[in-house]
Amino acid sequence: MTNSSLTTITAKPVPEETQSCWSCGTMRAVHFCQACGKVQPPSPVDYFTFFGLPRKLNLDLAALEKDFYELSRKLHPDLNARAGSREQEWSLQQSSLLNDAHRTLKDPIKRTQYLLQLEGVELEEQSKTATEQARSTGQIKKQIVPPDLLEEVFELNMQLEELRMHKKMGEDDPALIEEIGRQKLALDGKQESLLRELEYDWKMWDGMIQREHNGQPVSEEERKQERDKMVDLLNRRNYIRNLVRDVDEALEN
Amino acid sequence: MHHGFCNRQITQSLNRTMASDRIVGIDLGTTNSLVAFMQGESPVVIPGDDGSNLVPSVVALDENNQPIIGNPARKHLTETPERAVYSIKRLMGRGVEDIQEELKFFPFRLAEDLHPGEVLRIKLGDKTFTPPEISALILRQLKRNAERFFAAPVTKAVITVPAYFNDAQRQATKDAGRIAGLDVLRLVNEPTAASLAYGLDKKQNGIVAVYDLGGGTFDISILKLHDGIFEVIATNGDTHLGGDDIDNLLIAIALDDTLGDLGLDLRNKDLRGNAGAVQAIRNAVIEAKIALSSQPSAKLDIELPGGKRYLREITREQFEQLIQPVIDRTVGPCKQALKDAGLKPEQIDEVVLVGGSTRIPKVRALVKELFQRVPHTDLNPDEVVALGAAVQANILGGGSEATENMLLLDVTPLSLGIEVAGGVTDKIILRNSTIPASATQHYTTQVDGQANVAIHVLQGERELARDCRSLARFDLKGIPPMAAGMARIEVRFLIDANGILNVSAREQRSGKEAEIQVQPSYGLTDEQVEGMILDSFDNAEEDFRGRQVIEARTEAATILAALDKGKKSPAWGHLTTDEKKKIAKMEKALIAVKAEEDYQAIRKAIYALNQGTTRLAELMMDSAVSVALKGKTMDEADMGEGPTAPHPMAKAEFE
Ligand SMILES: Nc1ncnc2c1ncn2[C@@H]1O[C@H](COP(=O)(O)OP(=O)(O)OP(=O)(O)O)[C@@H](O)[C@H]1O
Ligand SMILES: [Mg+2]
Repeated sequence: MTNSSLTTITAKPVPEETQSCWSCGTMRAVHFCQACGKVQPPSPVDYFTFFGLPRKLNLDLAALEKDFYELSRKLHPDLNARAGSREQEWSLQQSSLLNDAHRTLKDPIKRTQYLLQLEGVELEEQSKTATEQARSTGQIKKQIVPPDLLEEVFELNMQLEELRMHKKMGEDDPALIEEIGRQKLALDGKQESLLRELEYDWKMWDGMIQREHNGQPVSEEERKQERDKMVDLLNRRNYIRNLVRDVDEALEN
Repeated sequence: MHHGFCNRQITQSLNRTMASDRIVGIDLGTTNSLVAFMQGESPVVIPGDDGSNLVPSVVALDENNQPIIGNPARKHLTETPERAVYSIKRLMGRGVEDIQEELKFFPFRLAEDLHPGEVLRIKLGDKTFTPPEISALILRQLKRNAERFFAAPVTKAVITVPAYFNDAQRQATKDAGRIAGLDVLRLVNEPTAASLAYGLDKKQNGIVAVYDLGGGTFDISILKLHDGIFEVIATNGDTHLGGDDIDNLLIAIALDDTLGDLGLDLRNKDLRGNAGAVQAIRNAVIEAKIALSSQPSAKLDIELPGGKRYLREITREQFEQLIQPVIDRTVGPCKQALKDAGLKPEQIDEVVLVGGSTRIPKVRALVKELFQRVPHTDLNPDEVVALGAAVQANILGGGSEATENMLLLDVTPLSLGIEVAGGVTDKIILRNSTIPASATQHYTTQVDGQANVAIHVLQGERELARDCRSLARFDLKGIPPMAAGMARIEVRFLIDANGILNVSAREQRSGKEAEIQVQPSYGLTDEQVEGMILDSFDNAEEDFRGRQVIEARTEAATILAALDKGKKSPAWGHLTTDEKKKIAKMEKALIAVKAEEDYQAIRKAIYALNQGTTRLAELMMDSAVSVALKGKTMDEADMGEGPTAPHPMAKAEFE
């Protein structure tokens, strides 16, 4: 915490993007200079660019980790502790960017969400708007139940309600708990298969990006189609994840 | 001591090479504190003037209101309990409202006029001190021990904190360092530091769990060791769980007994002598507890006010039964850490035990069961954290052969959140994220022309804001007048490598600057800390100057003695007359200023003479050594009658 009762922090200008190393003048990478090894002022790049990756979703995780370690060895504040205060500040900014990028890209869901965001889809805004609306209207946040889950969800919610009732009365219902446990397992399985579906969508997306890279035009429509598939999938997955959380909570309490 | 020319020369020159920016590693413990540094290629603990490696974290005021720290302060706990304090770490970064439970068991005497949200003040005699000030006194003692050892000033340190410390507790520790006159280059998590010391030894890849149960805190950290990178995958803990809690259980039993059997109500704080008697009981139960780690039973035999005696025998079985609920509290955090790491116990390659309380056989048994593996105990559990801090200090200082390729990647132990509508926490950086880590939030205005936006930052895992730790309230000010919803203010939250939050803001649409006002929920202001540096002791200013002069004189004596020696060496004959003349002039200058009170003048003269004698120093060494010490100056190449550690005169003058 900035340690003052009423400190004023003033907004800082974005560092100007330069093409050459501030220290030795040679051409530089985004984060550090290949020639002299010095940390560079951060430039506003996306996470894929930061790692020098195309905007594809199938990632070589082992290579990503290797790059993460290698970049850590250049950018981490511990290794720049003796540099000037400007460089130390850059090192802090760059290594937090590195960690944020790594954290996002190594996780399949976060990576997909991030890419969609880069593509202009406002996933979070959507759910935030829904939350705000629910709050202001006093209604329960409406979630679109994926049609293929309707029946199961209905039943599960009934059972959860029943379980909560029992708990309130201080009763025990092992059979019900067992049944809910079974349902939970089924949901876990669903999550797994959604992930596999997602991987299929990645393949389609990556293929499209590759075609584009090879100079073949990709229509905005196709792009949107691929995006929407993933948005839909993530929504379904979110829905199930929340359901699993509710089940866990009900079983724990 | 053997004053062999070459050997001493090398160690001393190594010590001196970095004299200007020597960084020490400090373990500021609840019960014991230590200072260590990297001697050559391995970390060593620097002993105090009583020869002991551990400085008990006890502070007392003597009858002249002079602070006494460590072992000498311990007797004050029983003799003048109202002028002494222990386990101050438990109060770091906390408010009066969150220590009520603590006050039932610890004899902390709070100032009477405390308000909620205010930094605590503890009474020692009729003076009051904040927890960072008391910690600073301990740190200053460690600093002095190191200065005596090096016969040179020490101003830079790495200080360890429990991994599960929150922002306020970390900030309080940093403040303590500043008050003690230390530039705190890094706060390192204790279990992580331990892993550094451990890894330096083993140089192995694999998954390591560090279980650290000390005097007041419990941490569990799971790390991946990979070609010198120490990557924390998950951490968890309890900042108020340790040996203290076991002691308090035993004390409570003894107090019940003395009331029941002897009719003595020692809990009554108004009765004279009671506080001292409780301390005597505390000493006795700690002794018994420690004995029970190696014996089947222990006896308590305590003299009480009024000449009565309290006698009791405790068997290990009784003891283990009693402490089970305390040590069981470590299970939850361990399981959570495993879960967060996505690991099963059998995937852990090694378990390392840290902290004095892991000497308890029952604790070892519990760890063995939890991780299904016999834990490592080859490193001294009291010292390993300080040794690791020294390793980290070495890395920050540019590294050496031993620490080459070593890098620590730590995580934030607690999620960072923002309060949103309905009192709900919106988590923006999740726990166990590698630090530095950042998150960007966008804010806008709700009504036309709105100039301020308030932001409440929280730390913790709970859903509701009121169940999380309040870190600070920010006021985004001076937003240019715009229609509602038009402003787009970007606020960046960044957790730095110390685990401490930094905030910056930018209004994007108008291009104008946005300002943030920070109101930390706990903690000292910059001005307060500044003030404490000066009056952390009555004659601080004078004392500080005095010490500078003494230190400078000590160093001057060292180099003059070395020069005398040099003049008698054959190397002297190899210098030109002109060189000799120059040296003589500088020597004279140094002797002259040495008698005066201006330490800067002395330093300048030392520097000059040092530079002027570089060639002499080189000539003085035989070829092998001269290669090793190439470019070193007289001062560094000195040998012979220079100060040995601990420095004989420093002690008397520093106290
Ligand atoms: N042989 C022993 N058996 C049982 N307990 C012991 C033994 N030796 C030390 N202890 C206890 O260990 C604790 C001190 O351990 P340590 O020095 O590691 O803690 P610390 O580093 O000061 O505290 P923390 O890390 O929690 O801030 C004390 O409670 C002490 O009574
Ligand atoms: Mg400790």
